[in-house]
Amino acid sequence: MTHTDIRPGPAPVESRRSNEDQGRGWISYLVWFLIGVVIIALIVMTLQSKGGSGLFYDNQKSHGWLVNAVFAPSSAGQKILVMFLAILLFVVVMGLILWIIDRPRIPKGVLLAGFLGPVVVALSVGLLWSGIRTIIASFQGANAAGDSAGWVGFDNYARVFTKANEHMLINTVLWIFLVPILATAFGLVYATLVDRTRGEALAKALIFLPTAISMVAASVIWKFVYLAPAPTGKEQVGLLNALVDVVGMSPQNWITKYPTGTFALIVVMIWIQAGFAMTILSAAIKAVPDDIVEAAKIDGATGPRLFFSVTLPTIRPTLVVVLTTVAIASLKTFDIVNVMGGNLPSNNILANAFYNQLAVQQPGRAGAFAVLIFIVVIPVIVFNVRQMRKADEIR
Amino acid sequence: MTTTTPPLLVEPQQSPRKLKAQLRAQEAKTKLSSPWASLIAVVIAVLWTIPTFGLLINSTRADPAPTTSGWWHFWGVDGSFTLSNYSNAWNGNGSTPLYEFILNSVIITLPAVIIPITLALLAAYAFAWIPFKGKNVLFVAVFAMQVVPIQVALIPLLTLYSKFGLNQSFWSIWLSHTIFGLPLAIFLLHNFMKEIPGSLIEAARVDGAGHVTIFVRVLMPLLVPAIVAFGIFQFLWVWNDLLVALTFSGDNTSPITKGIQGLTTQFSQAGNILPAAAILATVVPLIVFLSLQRFFVRGLLAGSVKG
Repeated sequence: MTHTDIRPGPAPVESRRSNEDQGRGWISYLVWFLIGVVIIALIVMTLQSKGGSGLFYDNQKSHGWLVNAVFAPSSAGQKILVMFLAILLFVVVMGLILWIIDRPRIPKGVLLAGFLGPVVVALSVGLLWSGIRTIIASFQGANAAGDSAGWVGFDNYARVFTKANEHMLINTVLWIFLVPILATAFGLVYATLVDRTRGEALAKALIFLPTAISMVAASVIWKFVYLAPAPTGKEQVGLLNALVDVVGMSPQNWITKYPTGTFALIVVMIWIQAGFAMTILSAAIKAVPDDIVEAAKIDGATGPRLFFSVTLPTIRPTLVVVLTTVAIASLKTFDIVNVMGGNLPSNNILANAFYNQLAVQQPGRAGAFAVLIFIVVIPVIVFNVRQMRKADEIR
Repeated sequence: MTTTTPPLLVEPQQSPRKLKAQLRAQEAKTKLSSPWASLIAVVIAVLWTIPTFGLLINSTRADPAPTTSGWWHFWGVDGSFTLSNYSNAWNGNGSTPLYEFILNSVIITLPAVIIPITLALLAAYAFAWIPFKGKNVLFVAVFAMQVVPIQVALIPLLTLYSKFGLNQSFWSIWLSHTIFGLPLAIFLLHNFMKEIPGSLIEAARVDGAGHVTIFVRVLMPLLVPAIVAFGIFQFLWVWNDLLVALTFSGDNTSPITKGIQGLTTQFSQAGNILPAAAILATVVPLIVFLSLQRFFVRGLLAGSVKG
């Protein structure tokens, strides 16, 4: 199994052109030098203030219809036009690149620039440099315009770990443990129960559906479950409060209370992620080798015993992958908290705290939150990759 | 975004085992697990479906009903059956009509799927089939970038876009989704490309084909399933995204997720059309999901979750 093997593929097909490169190698250097210049120019631009007139489009001035269509479309026609223009531009540029590197006796450096250049520029500026820039900004304050300015040391980080963020920190921990454990548990139980039964496909589709829709739509669905209590004497509108009423307990405002609000939101994430866990675990259960199962059956193992002694240990690597993947997804959950949490500090988590700072033009404080997310993600993924390696070795 | 490819992709050498599994499955269907097991499965399925079912019912109840009585009253009490919620949501009923958001979502999604896949295919080809110095280092770097949470990149990109005057335009959203989609796309497509036998490429080489010809004529047709699988993945991710939309889109470029999010903030006025609006927002991803479920699951199995 080679899927986690990060070594590039079997080195094949040595170019027969290498000896033809001679004398034209300078073109390669020129092309890669230009790519470097583009990257540095873009990096320099991120260091400047956000204000001023845009290089391509200045929204302070009035423009012709076509320019508006391209940069600030307002009508449906303009929007569709700019989409087709963008696709056309992309096709033309890519066609041009492929045409150039398809010339005979093109130096290998140019060939590589054609295949890799766009990606190198996009990733080195868009992710690598942006990441570094954010780390730098997390040690800076902000000016009135919302640009990073002035060094503040670890102030932005210190702010995170204060009493005001107590709920946020506790909630984040609850999210990254409860969601993966419960979603995986439900997914595993369900996958085991419906495995090889009639109507398996339909049964799985029902659970899987929440995975395909947006978290925003999921939040709307659950908003009507958690609706606030109706005025006294009136009938409950929210499903949960109606059920609580039937049982004889008093209806609650689930979202605004602590910690019920956090648990209410966690339930939504479990509802979404269980389908993902179920799908992958179901595939793993089906891949458990027959001979092991049969040997266990001959030894007299049935039902739960078979599940805990044979199936579970065999799918353990997959289980770990699902748990860690869902944990990371939970850590980055922003949509649910933003849409349902009512912007209450008691419902906050790390990813939402990041966005709240971004929205109020505090790049330094937002940066500190983003870096913290990054720091939490790394050990989980390292663990994950290690597990995958181990799983590969066993196979 | 995790790098985790669960160790259970369909392996070609498994075919005899698969056949056996099918036989076993047929046998197992006759001896269904205990009634308790079935009961638990049904309970879970019902629990998972009821919230959505309630929203669906609420979306068809006449005006005050969705926010004044529970959906389990169906079309009795104070709401009769109606589809006017859908037309009200679609036409905006005073606020921005939903069809504008859906149009924006379509405009955002198409290039944001086409561009990263094309770029990733080119890069994956270079990593898989062109030998060059420093390849391993570069590939590991791309591989590692899957770890970077997109939150880290948002603010510097915002500054960059505003220097170009692209803020709040579709360009900023297309570029962002392209950047965020690339590491996973390259990694997955590279895995698929590596599995293509080297002899095939060698044969094309001997026939005098250059890298571009091999890429376009030999590899692309073989990679169609992988491209579709990742395409659906990226499509659903872009269509369902809220964070990138809130950060980069403007009034005229907001996708449907941002539209629905806006409706939830004005629940007292919009509460009655909200169920219909949410259903409308999920129609496109559900169609994609239901019609291409097999590919989608394959993409999921191969790529797990990004973000």
